[in-house]
Amino acid sequence: MSAPATSAARDGVATGPYLQVKDLRVQFSTEDGVVKAVDGVSFSVTRGRTLGIVGESGSGKSVTSMAILGLHNPKRTRMSGEIIVNGRNLVGMDDEEIRKLRGREMAMIFQDPLSALHPFYSIGRQIIEAYRIHHPGTSKSDGRKRAIEMLDRVGIPQATRRVDQYPHEFSGGMRQRAMIAMSLVNDPHLLIADEPTTALDVTVQAQILDLLEDLQREFNSAVIIITHDLGVVSAVADDVLVMYAGRVAEFGSREQVLRGPQHPYAWGLLSSVPSLHGDADADLVPIKGNPPSLINVPSGCAFHPRCRYAMLNGGPCDIEVPQLLPLLTRDEPGHTVACHLPERQRRAIYEQDIASVGVAL
Amino acid sequence: MLRFVIQRSLRAIVTLVAISLVTFALFFILPANPAQTMCGRNCDAKQVHQTLVNLGLDQPITTQYTSFVKGIFVGRDYGSGAFQRHCEAPCLGYSYRSNEKVTDILARTLPVTISVVTGAAILWIIFGVGLGMLSALRRGSLFDKASIGVALVGASMQVYFFGLLLLMIFVYGLKVLPYPQYVSLWVDPLGWLKAMILPWITLAFLNSALYARLSRAQMLETLSEDFVRTARAKGVPRRSVYLRHALRAAINPIVTVAGLDIGAALAGTVITETVFSLTGLGKTAVTAATQLNLPVVLATVLLAAVFIVVANVIVDGLYAVIDPRVRLGA
Repeated sequence: MSAPATSAARDGVATGPYLQVKDLRVQFSTEDGVVKAVDGVSFSVTRGRTLGIVGESGSGKSVTSMAILGLHNPKRTRMSGEIIVNGRNLVGMDDEEIRKLRGREMAMIFQDPLSALHPFYSIGRQIIEAYRIHHPGTSKSDGRKRAIEMLDRVGIPQATRRVDQYPHEFSGGMRQRAMIAMSLVNDPHLLIADEPTTALDVTVQAQILDLLEDLQREFNSAVIIITHDLGVVSAVADDVLVMYAGRVAEFGSREQVLRGPQHPYAWGLLSSVPSLHGDADADLVPIKGNPPSLINVPSGCAFHPRCRYAMLNGGPCDIEVPQLLPLLTRDEPGHTVACHLPERQRRAIYEQDIASVGVAL
Repeated sequence: MLRFVIQRSLRAIVTLVAISLVTFALFFILPANPAQTMCGRNCDAKQVHQTLVNLGLDQPITTQYTSFVKGIFVGRDYGSGAFQRHCEAPCLGYSYRSNEKVTDILARTLPVTISVVTGAAILWIIFGVGLGMLSALRRGSLFDKASIGVALVGASMQVYFFGLLLLMIFVYGLKVLPYPQYVSLWVDPLGWLKAMILPWITLAFLNSALYARLSRAQMLETLSEDFVRTARAKGVPRRSVYLRHALRAAINPIVTVAGLDIGAALAGTVITETVFSLTGLGKTAVTAATQLNLPVVLATVLLAAVFIVVANVIVDGLYAVIDPRVRLGA
């Protein structure tokens, strides 16, 4: 499977993708069997663009991002495929070499800033640590200057005073800003935000997303936003990758995936969020069932036991794993879907059942 | 910070007063006649009464308590006429048995206990926490299983068995160590070390099991915390991740247990002292209790309480040093 052609090409951005993931597989051996957390995922991100990865819990979103940073325990994890960051393959790379890239070339923002920041060290000290690891020889006072500058940049008022405060003295939104400041302190070219707004107040969510967009423009970094919130995706992502059971279900630009999704799972995700322009009294339609076990993944298309449209064409849904293929009938470059339903039938179902709901772009 | 210290100290004083009151009251509820015991079997009623008066035991309990407290701070006088003797502050009275000042007894026995406990505590904390940490980092490895096994053996062992075993091997068998005989550290450091090494190893081996298991569990828990993942994502080298990020967060419960353990051990490690024939605080307290020797009992109980209370204050203080969230809460 080749990397999906990114919409970067369409936009005429000359530089190649900063991050390329090719046929990534991540497996954990447990007592109950082998967990196929990520099973053949490919995508790429160019600097200056944002990829949104969506999916339920257990779809492999976070495992993918942890794999990119090399944070999995090598003893219990088997990884194959390629993760190419700025031309270097990280899979199989020496631990110490990946460590030097972490936090410098690629950084991560975590979901819950309260538990992701060390409770016993001041915000400033944690940022200074992140800076000095990758800038050996910097004095503490220079590191401190840099920390204050970053806190100021992410919109924390009175940064000179707050730099010495502890995480518990910050509000949720301020903590996430501090977390962002810490991850950007070394000007990384790749930023992975794992559900950056999930633990935050709704009013703060928008501010944080705005901040991320601003910073991306300023630093021209490649950004991956992992989320289960389609609202977040529609707000910030350029491209969208829909994951299910460790595989890619659908990939395309934000407009393609949110306005004309082709995969029944993507339809399910859309129907389960309230619509701004639909019938206000209409019930939300949840996706029936639960995410599958990644130890015993359903045969064929992993989504078929939960799919309302499975076997409509008498197709091989329960036997054959669908390939991620580009659309044929319409000119939608870069839009790929892994579904056995014939494209014409998918379009018909979409127009009929799904098009009325949708996320405001 | 100052407010924190004052608050804790005031609380400690209240605790000590309460404990001394209870001990005092308990003693007088007991159907015992210390004057008779002290005077000896051949005393007649008049002599017993004279002893009673000399000891101040004819006074009401409240008066006795106030003069006891007064003795601690300003000293007190016992008896009258030819029998009068002055006991300068801090006066804890005289032993009914040996007529020795209680403070002298403490001065003799306390260094023994402190020597035993301090050395042993240092050993068991280093050994236990080190073992626990290494096991946590190599979870499931042979080292992990072996160290937990060794720790379990230690925990199931008894002082009077393991201590005697060590005595048998090193003193009577190999003859590499003399029979433990306490000498002051300041007088003969090497002799002190030779006398203390076996009690240390005994106590440390038995106690480190708890520390190994506690620190292993704590370490495993903190290693799975989000902030440890953050540290790794920042590119922090492995060693600093373990020591600066994980251990720092795991140390709190270990400090608590260590503080209380050391406090309790200072109050008396009777069995260890008995096995190695060292006259420490614990052995003195037990003997005094069987002899109804109130001044000594009172002094040892109070001293034990002081150790526990001080240990608690130190632990609370350390909390504030370790965890900034406690600082504001105080």
